[in-house]
Amino acid sequence: MIGALILRDARRGLTGAAWLPIAFFLLVAALVPFAIGPDAQLLARIGPGAVWIAALTAALLPIERLIEPDRADGVLDQLLLHGVADETVTLAKIAAHWLTFGPLLIVAAFPAAALLDIGGAALARLLLAILIGTPALAALAVAVAALTAGLPRAGSMAGLLLLPLAVPLLIFGAADALLLEGAVSLLLTAGAPFVAGAAIRASRT
Amino acid sequence: MKVLLRFEDVALRRGGRLLFEGLSFELREGERLQVTGPNGSGKSSLLRLAAGLLRAERGRVERSSLALSDDAVALDSELELGRALQFWSAPEKAMEALGLAHLGLVPVRLLSSGQLKRATLARVAASGASLWLLDEPLNALDADGAMKLGGVVERHLEAGGAVLAASHQKLGGEWRKLELGL
Repeated sequence: MIGALILRDARRGLTGAAWLPIAFFLLVAALVPFAIGPDAQLLARIGPGAVWIAALTAALLPIERLIEPDRADGVLDQLLLHGVADETVTLAKIAAHWLTFGPLLIVAAFPAAALLDIGGAALARLLLAILIGTPALAALAVAVAALTAGLPRAGSMAGLLLLPLAVPLLIFGAADALLLEGAVSLLLTAGAPFVAGAAIRASRT
Repeated sequence: MKVLLRFEDVALRRGGRLLFEGLSFELREGERLQVTGPNGSGKSSLLRLAAGLLRAERGRVERSSLALSDDAVALDSELELGRALQFWSAPEKAMEALGLAHLGLVPVRLLSSGQLKRATLARVAASGASLWLLDEPLNALDADGAMKLGGVVERHLEAGGAVLAASHQKLGGEWRKLELGL
């Protein structure tokens, strides 16, 4: 059932609007040279930070489709009746969401880096940092989606919740402190299924 | 006869309102029980409590393997009906029994509300669970659908299953009644 759930969610993500957060990511990255000007040195210095801000804002876009449709349609209830714990469901949803978000974001980081004049070793470090950070972004997105599922104005609430929680990732990721970023990413990814599972349980009233 | 569902002195509160208290009953193999009562008396909540989706304020609920059909369709609307049901369990025989066999390749989003009701009933019938919880099973069903549902329920009872249904309508066959008041 877990494998089937991951496949189903990944299929729904990819046939849905998986390109939307990626397009948004590229658009934000493209805004930076317009805002800063064409000074290559300056761009290269702020580049990694700008890519991270673009990634964080792009991570907000899919939140509303991650949990709420399945809650409203009774899928979460039926999964529980089929003996799948809420925590297992959210773990599967994190895995599926990462599959439709992480690899695409890493591919999109190449053109984003070109726009910001990041190349060579700096590009390799940036890609590695994104690779380490995306599981945590996917986990945070699912946890926040579960916490806000069914609430009015869930989209804006989700932004207010996710962005502060992602600040440690942003700091270590943009500062190239990959070990610390890895530790934060691990913590968020490991904790999120439990937070999201508890939120789903609490929503059954 | 094995007990498939047991309520012991159960009280349920929702949104600060006490829906019922001191409720005790048993449902054994081969038995069917209909929960009746006016709108808002807590029929659906009783089923969700029996399913373990709600928690009792007091008392104990013991349950065996069960399946629930309610208003939530829980089928992916972009898939064909056969594939959408397949996600939960192999549905061919249940689809046949409920008159859905010819709709296997139709996307779920194109089905009528009566056909969706049959689909949720088919999911329950295909689940292999011994206890069926049916919330308003006749809603949106036509005469043919109600008859087919009656046949499926009969066969499930003969095979040693049990059914708990919530409905204010008359269901086919002989049902024990449990009346909830307001």
